[in-house]
Formats: sequence, structure tokens, C-alpha cells
Amino acid sequence: MTEIKPLKAGHATWREADAPHSLVLRLPATQPLMMDAGIALSPLTIAYQTYGTLNSEKTNAILVCHALTGDQHVANIHPLTGKPGWWETMVGPGKPVDTDRYFVICSNVLGGCLGTTGPASTNPATGKPYGLDMPMVTIRDMVRAQALLIDHLGIEKLFCVIGGSMGGMQVLQWAASYPERVFCAIPIATAPRHSSQNIAFNEVGRQAVMADPDWIHGQYFESGRLPTKGLAVARMAAHITYLSDEALHRKFGRKLQNKTAPTFSFDADFQIESYLRHQGSTFVERFDANTYLYLTRAMDYFDLAEDYGGTLALAFKDIKTRFCIVSFTSDWLFPTAASRAIVHALNAGGASVSFVEIDTDKGHDAFLLDLPELFTTTSGFLESSARAFGLKEAKRA
Amino acid sequence: MTNTTQYFAADTSRIDLLLVKDMVAPNTRVLDIGCGDGTLLRMLSEERGVDARGMELSQRGVNDCVAKGLSVIQGDADTDLAAYPDDSFDYVILSQTLQATRNPRRVLEQMLRIGKRAIVSFPNFGHWHIRLQITFGGRMPITENLPLAWYETPNIHFCTIRDFVALVDEVDAKIDRAVALNSSGAPMRVNAPWWVWNLFGEQAVFLLKRRN
Repeated sequence: MTEIKPLKAGHATWREADAPHSLVLRLPATQPLMMDAGIALSPLTIAYQTYGTLNSEKTNAILVCHALTGDQHVANIHPLTGKPGWWETMVGPGKPVDTDRYFVICSNVLGGCLGTTGPASTNPATGKPYGLDMPMVTIRDMVRAQALLIDHLGIEKLFCVIGGSMGGMQVLQWAASYPERVFCAIPIATAPRHSSQNIAFNEVGRQAVMADPDWIHGQYFESGRLPTKGLAVARMAAHITYLSDEALHRKFGRKLQNKTAPTFSFDADFQIESYLRHQGSTFVERFDANTYLYLTRAMDYFDLAEDYGGTLALAFKDIKTRFCIVSFTSDWLFPTAASRAIVHALNAGGASVSFVEIDTDKGHDAFLLDLPELFTTTSGFLESSARAFGLKEAKRA
Repeated sequence: MTNTTQYFAADTSRIDLLLVKDMVAPNTRVLDIGCGDGTLLRMLSEERGVDARGMELSQRGVNDCVAKGLSVIQGDADTDLAAYPDDSFDYVILSQTLQATRNPRRVLEQMLRIGKRAIVSFPNFGHWHIRLQITFGGRMPITENLPLAWYETPNIHFCTIRDFVALVDEVDAKIDRAVALNSSGAPMRVNAPWWVWNLFGEQAVFLLKRRN
């Protein structure tokens, strides 16, 4: 059984927040980020990774937007976990997002804990981590920060913006905020707004973090202990929502963990219990609790139509961006109906849109998995978009 | 027609698609409802320079289309046309699908609302071969074009050419062009009366527009 041990402050996760194993863009105090909360955040640090080569015309860039617990380490060994990047199924040489052909960029989101300014970063005004002094972050703020990075890289127009879940929300926000800077967009397993049910799940996670006595109103960095128990419970609860009932049953059923009979105790008798505890305990090794609060809140606040008087179609008025929208049949966290709402809004504006609902029992997390239908859909769409955008074929050895 | 043979290797049953293609003016905006694997969409965009969009019910079909780079959404003619604004397209096409919709009249009305013109092709249930099978066999007909038994066919609303002409009138549309194909797939004489088409036409293709 995996025990969730308290981590000490000064742990590698925190060092990563201030000194990431990544490329870093540090914007001076003269270039603040204007946030939805009404605050000018400065100085701003953006940690990012790139793969492939930017062509001389700077037209082959694909921005990958990561999900709630993702980060910029899309296709390289993760500096904290030592595991492969979170989207190596999708991004790499010869993969749908082909790094032999495209220049792939992924930055840690604003409010994140892997090097971009967030609650775990040191606030230069105090010399301590921001904690709850970090202004509330929105999806639009994340996209604004990414746009600053794209400016810095000298890229006028992204060939594509792609992402799943919270990453998909950023894709939609990119198209709405900077339609002329996005040639094509692939929002996967996402929604134009967070549903009441999703807000409810997020609230359970936040309450679990905040109920941990080690959280200390977000000031845990001074105590030398981290609220790992609360964060692990939040992760365990959330992880259930990423899977489907069918997939859980197929994988774990009622199987017992390393035993032949129940122990008549509260030990992790069932494999599913052991699995969730493992998910919780590994998560806290790489993620900051306050960041979890901020990013779940950013998702809760996301309602794209609301910014356009309640009509989603107005968010995409006269848009030239080509869309490929993907949902999964067993995703009950971001169900197909939400993707369909995006499709209808785009159709209303006459936008070019493709939409596929992929039949799988793997739930919301399907977008991270080895799913051939996802690969053929995205690579076919990217291929035709590249032709329409006038990109050259990949050079192969 | 040399280009088109590549799409129809030994498939004369979809000769209606060639007729549909010929009814579409170049460089227009088209929605193909029930676009299948995207054969017609590809023809229209490659040969007619059309801004071609599709809607298809089956995931397999949609995947095929999107993988080919076509703009296709997974959707249902019965429920997903309402989201489109009036006059979104120059042509809205429904080929060999009308008889599989739950509410053909509503679908046709939606087509005429969102498209300046509608193109509909369908199998004629009034064809003599079908009439013979029902009259003398006493069984639901099975033909080369309609190969499935009654209990497994997706076609739930069959009509004859004359039934369709009556529906066109009821939804306040008029016929711009109509073509019937005989059982060898050849277009029938234009000046033949409706009853001849209705008896000898195996398939029909109609180009419609709103009356006002």
C-alpha cells in the first residue's frame, strides 16, 4: 500500500517553479500581463519547450495547450518524474503533430507550477512564493501569456493550436481572442464552458486541499510541510472523472490487490483503491496544491459565450480559422453535447468545421491515450490544412 | 467524365452522384447531408472548386472524410440542420438519404431554408420492378439498389417519384430540374411524362428552390 507522506518545502517541485528545466521567457516589469482580475502582473515568467525547427517564414508553428495537470513537457522526459512526455503518442517525428514538419511549442500555463508565474513562484516583492497573493487566473489570461510568448518567438500566425480538456478551452479562447493568428484549431474533449457538474467536482477537490491542516490558507511554504494529503484526495476524486465506468470495470473490476480475501480493514483491498492511492501519491510529487486551486478555478470561470453576450456564435463571428473538433463517446466530464454546441456555433457563422465523436470506452483521458482514430483524424486534418496553408512536406531521412 | 471513373470503380449504382455534381455551379458553397465517405464532396471540391461541407451520421464515414481533409461533421439530418442560419449554402444536397430520415418533410423544409437550392436524389419506390415484387410476390422488394430486407434496412420512408413531386408542392418549392435514371443508370428522356418516369425510373434527382 502506498502511504501519502508529507513533503518538505524546498522539494524539487518548488525548485522547478523558480528554476525550471525548460526554456524561459522573462518579461521585464515594463511588460506586464493585464489580467481579467484587473491586475497588471509583472514581472512575468513563461517556461516553455519547443520541438522541431521553425521555418524561415515562421509559418509552421503549432502551439500545444496543456490540460489541468499537464505541463510544457509534451514530448521529452519529465524533469520531476523521469517519465516520457504526456503527449508522446501525438507529438514527435512522424506522429500526427509531426516534429519533422512542424515547430511545436508548449508553455506551462499562467498559474502553473513548472516555471511559468503562478502561486508557487517567488513573488519578487516579498521574496516568498505568491501563494494566495497570486491574482486569480482565467483561461483568457493563460492565452494572453501564450500570445506574449508567440510574439517573442516572432511568430505572427500559428499554423495550429491544439489541446484537450482545459487545453481545448485555451484553443477555443485563442480562436476567439486572436482569430487572425490561428490558421487551424483542434479542440479535443472540451467545452465552451464549464458545467455545473464540473464546477462541483472541482469544488470537492479544492475543499479536500483546503481541509488539509498543512494547507494553512495557502501559506504552507513557511511551515516546511505541504498539504499532500488533501491534494492527493483531490487528485483521486478527479481521476475517477477522467475514466469511464466501463474502463474502470475492465481494468480493475472487483479484483483484490495482492491478496486472495478481503482483510476486513480499511486497507486498499481492491485494486482500484490501490490504483487511486498511487495516482494521488505520485501527483503530489510533481504538483503544487495552490496551483491546483487556481487552475481548477480558471476552468470554473470559463464561459466563452458569456464574454459575447451569451451567444457562443458571436465568439466566432466571421472566423476564417479551420476547426477540427473531437469528442469521445464515453467522456462524461466533457460530453459530446458540449462539443456539438461548439460545432453549432461555428456552423452558425459559416466557419469551416469538422467534428468527430470517437467511439471509445476510455473516458475523458482518451485524448492522452493510444487511439488510432484520434491519430487518423488529426493527421488527416493537419495534412489538408497544411496544404491549404502552403506548408511544405516533411523532409525525411 | 474521365476523372469521375476513379471514384466509381464498377459502381453504377451511384451514377446519381454524377448528375448531382453536374447540377452544382462552380465555386459555390455546398452542404452534403449524409456524405458517406466523402466521394461527392471530393469530386465537388476538386472538379468544381466548391467550398464543400458535409454531415454524416456514421463515425466511420466522418473519420474517413476528415482523414481525407474534408470539412465534415458528425450529425443527423433530422436534428442538426436547425443550427444553420437561413441561406448558409448555395446548395444543400441529400443523396439517397431522404428515405432514411425520420421526418423527410421537415428535412426538406430545412434544406430549402438553409440552402438557396436543394438537390435530392432517392430510389423510386414506384419502379415497375418494385411494383411487380409487391403485387405478385407479395413481399417487400429487394433490388440491386435496395438490397436489404425490410427488417434491416435503414430506409423507413420510401416514396415514389410522384409522391416526391407532391411533397415538393406541399413545402412550397418548385422544381428547377429533374432527372430520372433507368435501371441501367442512363438518364431518361426529358419530355417523358411523370407516369413513365414513375414506372421506369429507378432513381431520381431533383434540383429544387423555394417558390418565393
